[in-house]
Amino acid sequence: MSKLTAAIVGPGNIGTDLMYKLLRSDVIEPRWMIGVDPESPGLARAAKEGLESSHEGVDWLLKQDELPDLLFEATSAYVHKAYAPRYEEAGILAVDLTPAAVGPACIPAVNGDAHADAANVNMITCGGQATIPMVAAVSRAAHVSYAEIVASVASLSAGPGTRQNIDEFTQTTAKGVEHIGGAEKGKAIIILNPAEPPMIMRDTIFCAVSPDSDQDAISESVHKMVEGVRHYVPGYRLLQEPQFDGPSDATHGQLKVSIFIEVEGAGDFLPPYSGNLDIMTAAATRAGEGMARYKLAHKEK
Amino acid sequence: MTYQGTLAGSPELNKLTRTWRDTDPTSNLDIRLTDTCLRDGSHHKRHQFTVEETRSIIAALDDAGVPVLEVTHGDGLGGSSFNYGFSKTPDQELIKVAAETAKRAKIAFLMLPGVGIMDDIRMAQDNGGSICRIATHCTEADVSEQHFKVARELGLETVGFLMMSHTQPPEVLAKQARIMVDAGCQCVYVVDSAGALILEGVSDRVAAVVAEIGAEATVGFHGHENLDLGCGNTVMAVRAGATQIDGSVRRFGAGAGNTPLDTFVGVCDKLGWETGVDFMKIIDASEDVVRPAMPEECRLDRMTMMMGYAGVYSSFLKHAGNAAERYGVSGAEILHVAGERKLIGGQEDQLIEIALELKAKQDANS
Repeated sequence: MSKLTAAIVGPGNIGTDLMYKLLRSDVIEPRWMIGVDPESPGLARAAKEGLESSHEGVDWLLKQDELPDLLFEATSAYVHKAYAPRYEEAGILAVDLTPAAVGPACIPAVNGDAHADAANVNMITCGGQATIPMVAAVSRAAHVSYAEIVASVASLSAGPGTRQNIDEFTQTTAKGVEHIGGAEKGKAIIILNPAEPPMIMRDTIFCAVSPDSDQDAISESVHKMVEGVRHYVPGYRLLQEPQFDGPSDATHGQLKVSIFIEVEGAGDFLPPYSGNLDIMTAAATRAGEGMARYKLAHKEK
Repeated sequence: MTYQGTLAGSPELNKLTRTWRDTDPTSNLDIRLTDTCLRDGSHHKRHQFTVEETRSIIAALDDAGVPVLEVTHGDGLGGSSFNYGFSKTPDQELIKVAAETAKRAKIAFLMLPGVGIMDDIRMAQDNGGSICRIATHCTEADVSEQHFKVARELGLETVGFLMMSHTQPPEVLAKQARIMVDAGCQCVYVVDSAGALILEGVSDRVAAVVAEIGAEATVGFHGHENLDLGCGNTVMAVRAGATQIDGSVRRFGAGAGNTPLDTFVGVCDKLGWETGVDFMKIIDASEDVVRPAMPEECRLDRMTMMMGYAGVYSSFLKHAGNAAERYGVSGAEILHVAGERKLIGGQEDQLIEIALELKAKQDANS
């Protein structure tokens, strides 16, 4: 099978980790790494892996005779919003790892290749990638009137982008909990914990469902979804069986479902504790591969 | 009423290097007090404050002369949730009631970036809040930069909370204070969320923050009673240069409670520090107004002492108690593990997970 060529824009931790994942892909060949700092160790590392590296930014990339089929944006929402129209104009498919949300959102385990034909897909947030599958799993078995996610990540794994825009993180994630998770109302909370040694990403998902919901069906759906996520994030684990608390004042009369998970990264480039970053790059790889397969199939026709 | 007798302690020690008058020359206060019954007490109350309770507490403390009164869900704006407990009455409604009730006092509100959002700040201002207090874990100050910027643009007075200050040495806190001040914070609080600091542990931290930010901002201290040192620690903080002080009348707060503000007013009278609060009025308010709104007194027991001892965030108390009861395990043990795992404020969800692990261990051994 032939491969689509890809450029990674943003040679930071995320971009570098993503490169190692794409190097293993059957359908994507990462060929360019684009940055803006000539001293960037990420550019040097990419060059060593055989990618063409440039510190002259996307403007340089777009001037080349040969353009990538696919582009992974690992910069910031601001940059992606500015450049997305130019990618589309140039016929380059984009996978957006920033919260810019230019294109439809993709959670591989939930909406799979539903947007494989889109010109631009968005990966929401790391907290969203980790928790929305669980909300969706509960939604498949019961009506979720409210879902709340608490994402705890190691301080070291939260970059300046997240820190300067933490409201964007909680609001984007909450929207994803509603639109893709299927909750009527969503809420997201993020905690950055500086403990040493760094803690592995942990997430708790609380859902309010109607009191007569089938608890066994909910548990079964959760287990099934965990397996779905593990296809691309092997370190995604359910820490406990889903917990059910009967209706009370404290649950506003609803049955409360609590789900506890841990996300350990694959350690491709980033340390395993930063499962929050790994799930982003793994999901982006999945989404990109879906788009690549779709395009390759249509080319052959 | 002001105490007229001989000053306790030596006059030299009670001479303050910094006072609230440096910040507000029109004021006659040595230190400015903030009562947080209606915010930190929200934890003890399991976030069940009513409009009537809010109105009566605000009226009494305002009349006693407490210059700042904080009102919010215990975990700040947006805190009403499964994780922290749903509010009986939306805190924005309580802020509005408080602002309408207070004749002299300013109404403060708390927000934690990652829990609340900037729109919550705007709404709290619309409801009459005028002091925006933004709290982060004491190593994560940079998550508050956008919120300080917005709060200042809105014309709010700003306060920054460095929570769980016992976990970091003075020089780290000073650097984090610098980040907040550069972002627009007008007063940085050393916050002993776990009630784990002991005397010089407080004054060393306050002094380091004072040395870093000088006259650019004021410094505050927020103490808890888990090791029974609320008033003592707070005296140390003031001597080291803190000019804004938090407490809760009758300790009404998380863990074993906050620095008892009523008691501290008496201590200040004895030390000759002007707080502007009438001791007779505040002890009456404590007994007649605050106590009836409390589900029980805040006290030292094995759970709350464990919080100070293991360095655990005070608002974990009720959540650990709930999880212990739900799964039939020891609450003190849950808190101990929370300390070992170095959990920080906001990670209440992890207490349930710890309880489940303890239960599994317990079941395996029986």
